[in-house]
Amino acid sequence: MVTIDEIWQKLEEISDPEIPVLSIVDLGIVRVVDVKEGVAHVVITPTYSGCPAMNVIEEEIQSKLTPFIKLDLSTQLSPAWTTDWMSEAGKEKLKAYGIAPPVDGPGGMFSEVKVPCPRCDSSNTKLVSQFGSTACKSFYQCNDCFEPFDHFKCHR
Amino acid sequence: MKNELIDYVLHLADTSLILGQRLGEWCGHAFVLEQDIAITNISLDLIGQSRSLYQYAAELLNDGRDEDALCMMRNEREFKNLLLVEIPNGDFAQTLARQFYFDVYHELQCQALLNSKDERLKAIAEKSLKEVRYHVTWSAEWVIRLGDGTQESHDRIQKSINEVWMWTEELMSTAPYEKELIEKGIAPDSSSFKIPWMNKVKEILKEATLTLPADETKQSGGKVGTHTEFLGYILADLQHIQRSYPGLKW
Repeated sequence: MVTIDEIWQKLEEISDPEIPVLSIVDLGIVRVVDVKEGVAHVVITPTYSGCPAMNVIEEEIQSKLTPFIKLDLSTQLSPAWTTDWMSEAGKEKLKAYGIAPPVDGPGGMFSEVKVPCPRCDSSNTKLVSQFGSTACKSFYQCNDCFEPFDHFKCHR
Repeated sequence: MKNELIDYVLHLADTSLILGQRLGEWCGHAFVLEQDIAITNISLDLIGQSRSLYQYAAELLNDGRDEDALCMMRNEREFKNLLLVEIPNGDFAQTLARQFYFDVYHELQCQALLNSKDERLKAIAEKSLKEVRYHVTWSAEWVIRLGDGTQESHDRIQKSINEVWMWTEELMSTAPYEKELIEKGIAPDSSSFKIPWMNKVKEILKEATLTLPADETKQSGGKVGTHTEFLGYILADLQHIQRSYPGLKW
C-alpha cells in the first residue's frame, strides 16, 4: 500500500520542465495529496494560465504514480497560485541556478523592484523587461558584474 | 439560463483567444527583442485564459466537443469576441492603443467577476487578474512613453488612440444573453465599467500628453456574432490545419 508520504516523495522527483532544478513540490503547485480506498487523489494548480509546462507535468505525474496506485489527478484554479507557496529550499535552488528568487515590491507603472544579482549579490541591478523567457520570469541585468539574469516574478 | 451562460463563457473565451492570436502575429517582428517577448507573453496568458474558459464551455455544452473543437471548428458567425480584438495589428502604436483600451477593461471585468455567483468563472477570473495586472501596467507605460516621447511617437500614438476609439463602445455594451446572467449575479453589468474605464483612460492619456478622442462613429456587433471582414482571415490562419486535417496532433 502506497502512503501519502511516499506519494509526496515521488512527486518530489518530478521537475518543472522549464526550470529543471525545481521540483513541482518546491514550486508549490501540488495542492493536495490524499489516499482514499486505494486511490491517490492529487490536485495541482497552474502557475500561469498559459503555462505550457502543465500538460507535461500532468503526464509525468501519471507515469510516476500509476505503476503503483490508481490515480485521480485534477487541476484547480482557486485559490490562485502564489510564489508564497514556493519552498525555501526551492528559492535557494533557484538562486544557485542563476535565477533570482521572487522579491516582493511595489507594483504599478514605472516601478522597479530591486532584485539582488544571483551571481555577485550586488543590489545595483536594473529591470530590462517585466516579461522574460517564460511567463513566470522578468528580465534583469546587474550593473556591477553586467550579467543578465532572470527574476522569478513575485506573484501574489 | 444554461444557454445564456454558454454564450457568455464563449464570448469571454473568444475575446481572449482572438486577441492572443493577434498578438502572436508579432512574434519575431517587434522592434526590440524584449518587447517581442513581452507581447508574446501577453498573448500566451490570453490563450491560456481562453483554454480555461473553453474547457468550461465544453463541460456546459456536454455535446462531445472539447476545447480544441470549440476553438478550431466553429465558424465566424459563431464567434462572440469583441470587435476591438479582431482589428489588425497595424504598427506598434495601433497594437498598443488596442491593448491599452482592452487591458483597462479586462482588469475591471476580472475584478467584477470575483463577485460572480458562478464559482468556476470566479476562479478563472481570480487566476487571470494576476496576469492582467501585468498587462495593463505594460500597455499604460508604453502609451505614456510614446505619448510623452518624441514628436513622431506622440503623433503616431495619438493617431492610433483616435482610430481605435470607435471599437471601444462595445466593451461597455450588453448582449441579450447577458441580461439574465446580470440579474442572477453571474455576469457583471458591462455598462458599470464605463465610468471607471473612462477615468483610467483619461488619467493615462493626460500623463501621456495625449488628447481624449472625440465621440464619433461607433461600431459594435462582435458579441452577437456580427464581425468585421478581419475575423475570417484570422480564423483562416488559426484553423486551417485543423480544418484540412481534422484531429491532427503534434
